[in-house]
Amino acid sequence: MAEILAVRDLALGFHTETGQARVLDGVNLTVRPGEIVGLVGESGCGKTTLAGAILGTLPKSITWVSHGSVSLAGADMLAGNGAEEVRGRAVTFIPQDPFASFNPLFRIGTQVMDLMRWKSPRRRPGRRFYSLARRRADRDAVIAMLEAVQLPQPARLLQKYPHELSGGQRQRVMIALALLPEPRLVIADEPTTALDVTVQAQILGVLRRLAVERGVAVLFTTHDLGAAWEICDRIVVMYAGQTAEIAPREEFFTAPRHPYTRLLLRSLPEEGRHPVGIPGNVPSPLAPPPACRFHPRCPRATGICRSQRPVLGGASGHLYACHHPEEGLLDA
Amino acid sequence: MPDAALLETRGLKRHFAVRGLLNRRIGTLRALDGVDLAVEAGEVLGIVGESGCGKSTLGKTIMGIHQPTEGEVRFAGVRVAAPGHPRPKSLRARLQYVYQDPGASLDPSWTLRRSMHEPLVIHTDLSRGQREERIREIIAAVGLPVTHLDLYPHEISGGQQRRIGLARILCLGPRLVILDEPTSGLDVSVQAAVLALFRELRERFGLTYLFISHDLAVVRSMCDRVAVMYLGRVVEIAPAAELFAAPRHPYTRALLAAAPRIGGPRVTENFTLQGEPPDPSEIPAGCRFRGRCPLAAPVCAEEPALDFTGPHGAACWRWREAARLPSAASSS
Repeated sequence: MAEILAVRDLALGFHTETGQARVLDGVNLTVRPGEIVGLVGESGCGKTTLAGAILGTLPKSITWVSHGSVSLAGADMLAGNGAEEVRGRAVTFIPQDPFASFNPLFRIGTQVMDLMRWKSPRRRPGRRFYSLARRRADRDAVIAMLEAVQLPQPARLLQKYPHELSGGQRQRVMIALALLPEPRLVIADEPTTALDVTVQAQILGVLRRLAVERGVAVLFTTHDLGAAWEICDRIVVMYAGQTAEIAPREEFFTAPRHPYTRLLLRSLPEEGRHPVGIPGNVPSPLAPPPACRFHPRCPRATGICRSQRPVLGGASGHLYACHHPEEGLLDA
Repeated sequence: MPDAALLETRGLKRHFAVRGLLNRRIGTLRALDGVDLAVEAGEVLGIVGESGCGKSTLGKTIMGIHQPTEGEVRFAGVRVAAPGHPRPKSLRARLQYVYQDPGASLDPSWTLRRSMHEPLVIHTDLSRGQREERIREIIAAVGLPVTHLDLYPHEISGGQQRRIGLARILCLGPRLVILDEPTSGLDVSVQAAVLALFRELRERFGLTYLFISHDLAVVRSMCDRVAVMYLGRVVEIAPAAELFAAPRHPYTRALLAAAPRIGGPRVTENFTLQGEPPDPSEIPAGCRFRGRCPLAAPVCAEEPALDFTGPHGAACWRWREAARLPSAASSS
């Protein structure tokens, strides 16, 4: 099947006052149509930078791409104006903090209709005029979508200001906004970390159901492995800007191969055992360790890990970048 | 509860005025509305609940940051907080409060040694030499080299700052430590290390913890007993193992059902609890959970009290019927 999103061997960084920060170092990632892919990693591993690269929103003046490519629905997101055409239509974004994404001075309805004016699937390219017929059709689509994300009384909700909505309601509106342009890919950047667990369960349920029903692919970045288990079909683990492991959901949680993935899963608190944690810290992108960036913290590291970068290999959809992959099931 | 309890709250209430135009009082936010708790010496009591349920207000009222509106707090049998009751100064060293990031309370322009000496200067009559000796002992206990005392906060990592913050709290020899969301926002690998440190310090110094968190998995691995709060009241309290194995209150059942369980079925597919907690300034009459409860009946128009069998109490009229129903909430 053709991929909707393909990130190939992407390496990029930022020019900073203290030198060049090499944030992404050879990231590989594909998303197929209709698939929910989890992008998991600790803070500072480059998840948000990768999302920015895919959307083409990284600040151009300080970003430097050393190699690799990002192609989304056939458009090259790193060069020229490819990203402008695609962003907001073929790919949309759900932010972590839905409150910061609304203008507090305008009603929800005004902000939603502003989006529809430019990004509605009924808009013909190049047309600036917003006809009454299209406006009506767009409004009906908005109401239907707000109902689909299980917001009660959508017409009244459009009259409200952002502060009158609870966190869960705002995130539902955000999901509706992301799906209204009928995108092929939605990038959700930690959409539930700010929410309570019962609200998280509702939101994840809505997101998964709508994505499956409409055949929309979702790239779901999170540091919460429980949320990844809930919603994803496939999971990609990143460590310090490198892809560590890619595996289908079941296999990822039962038989991971990369030592980092195993340590991460063993760090989860669970009854009857004390979580182990991972000694050391995530390295600074200003001075990353050579070759495999995980080697200073890895219990299985040998000489080759310090001198040679492991390539992403494996079989039948389960890929890992490690010289000394672990075997067998994860002992819980 | 026997009078051996280290900390006890009786009918503790804390209300805040809601003010409108011209600072007129237009309502009351009942953050805490009659909490009876007893913490035994040496135990770890977990307080869980969603945001807005009053768990942080409880910690702060016990600590004396807020004055109670009604009710009292007793520490080791002595009344320490009640409306209009002055707080004994001797208590401050015995009862300590740990914020989300204890390292953030360090003065950036002081060396760590000076920050460490400060609480001892205020609360004790020790000579400089004696203070230094005590500090060295504590610094070693939290796993830092003594040479770090000459550094400034920005020269050490966030994790080490956290350890220094804890060392400052421990050097006064508290008996009860209130931990308010100590792991929220941490990556799992760091979280595991922080929890291990809490366990170690507790054993070494014979501490009692009041552990406030919204993370059920962390509470389960850390606490001896757990109290579940909803809208300013304790709705269920039980030994941790029992609470997680056989929850009684419908709210507890929903809360447990909402938490993702890796390896279990997707909870998003059959999660039933709708809506979000109501605003604590407009608490419904009768049982507070009535509006969202799947078991609500006419009897719920009257507010239930905690109904104990042994150490396990639930504030629900119908928990015995609920316990017989098969529920998605039953966690393995």
